[in-house]
Amino acid sequence: MDILPLTLSGTTARRKSKTLVGPIDLTITKGDFVMVMGPNGSGKTSLLRLMHGLERVRGGAAKFAVDDSLAQSKQSFVFQSPTLLRRTVRENVALPLKLRKQPDTNQVDIWLERIGLTAAADQPARSLSGGEKQKLALARAMITDPQLLFLDEPSASLDGQSTREIEAILTQVHANGTTVVMATHDMGQARRLGQTAVFIVQGEILEHGPMPDFLDHPKSARAGAFIAGDIVE
Amino acid sequence: MTEIWDGITQAFFLVVSFDPDLVSITGRSLRVTVTAVLIASLIALPFGAWLAVRRFRFRRWAIALLNALMGLPPVVVGLIVYLLLSRSGPFGVLDLLFTPTAMIIAQVVIITPLIASIAHQALRELWAEYHDLLISLNTTKWQRMQILLWDGRRALITAALAGFGRAIGEVGAIMIVGGNIDNVTRVLTTAIALETGRGDFALALGLGFVLIGLSITVNLIIHGLSRTEQEGRW
Repeated sequence: MDILPLTLSGTTARRKSKTLVGPIDLTITKGDFVMVMGPNGSGKTSLLRLMHGLERVRGGAAKFAVDDSLAQSKQSFVFQSPTLLRRTVRENVALPLKLRKQPDTNQVDIWLERIGLTAAADQPARSLSGGEKQKLALARAMITDPQLLFLDEPSASLDGQSTREIEAILTQVHANGTTVVMATHDMGQARRLGQTAVFIVQGEILEHGPMPDFLDHPKSARAGAFIAGDIVE
Repeated sequence: MTEIWDGITQAFFLVVSFDPDLVSITGRSLRVTVTAVLIASLIALPFGAWLAVRRFRFRRWAIALLNALMGLPPVVVGLIVYLLLSRSGPFGVLDLLFTPTAMIIAQVVIITPLIASIAHQALRELWAEYHDLLISLNTTKWQRMQILLWDGRRALITAALAGFGRAIGEVGAIMIVGGNIDNVTRVLTTAIALETGRGDFALALGLGFVLIGLSITVNLIIHGLSRTEQEGRW
């Protein structure tokens, strides 16, 4: 059963009295590759967290096509700083399967090979490099074959090689039918991967539409300045 | 100074000669304390984890109370356990007063808040680190507690060892509820108190050094088995 579309209608996230994002009107449709862009502190992470259920909806509504508990079990989140358990690489990848009491039908080995960590399977996960940790977090997020994958700037602090490897995996994952919503401030990455652009400033969506249109014909001055690499507040 | 030297000599002599009384008292000390630490850990570690992951109205008060209970005066605990277990008390029918079981109960009461508080401190930090991931993975509260307890096991061993340290050196409560009966409830600390009262400072000191040696040995063994320092990056 498809959990998408996800529809946000006037949705707001607040912490204490501070509005993190919103009101947001946005629909995530099946098969899309959405890039959430904006300057630092614009609310990209909060928007992703809101859609994933990590931030409480304080105004408006966020609705999946199915009930929330089913939707929650069909989505994954990769954080900007990967949180790894104090366990081996293999145990980290296998964690979601173990939690769901699902048998490992060789998926762990397949994913370890895909991310190039087969040889490091029994090493402590925390001994990996930054790029390896992020790939591990991505494999863990994908092990349950989610319909919707959220990524919060997964390559923000990675070198070129690691970024390329992660992008290759994401391209494959998307081609296999997973809908991806990813926050980034890397215009090159947005151009390479994204189909739909969401441009957010100060917690509100300023532009939303096909990626080529956004990159080549931005409607707002701030979007234009952002794409040109200027400082946007 | 002479007494200290005599104490060291006495301790050495008692250990190398496998003095039967010393072996019996040391065995009883270990039995009582290890049992108390195991029981207290079974209560305190899950409670510490529960307190770390659970949000409820009086949580702050519960944590403050738990921390305050770390300083429970052992003599008062001993007195209360004595009253509960005495013939006229609510549990008098169990006939546990002046038995090692009574000593274990008193020690459990003393060290459970200590272990729970240290465990909570350690697991709270781990929970802050794991919070978003475990929420995102749609875990139940029980699963969160299990993950915290497993991943925080090295810190929890330290918590249990702190409990062991407190229990093995405890004298006030177990003297009251155990009665320091020879071959029944006499342990190293109560034997030291007895010998000091008799004026045999050398023997008291000797037993004291054995007690310190025992405590250090147990700690080293546990740290060795848990490989605490070898895999710090986990």
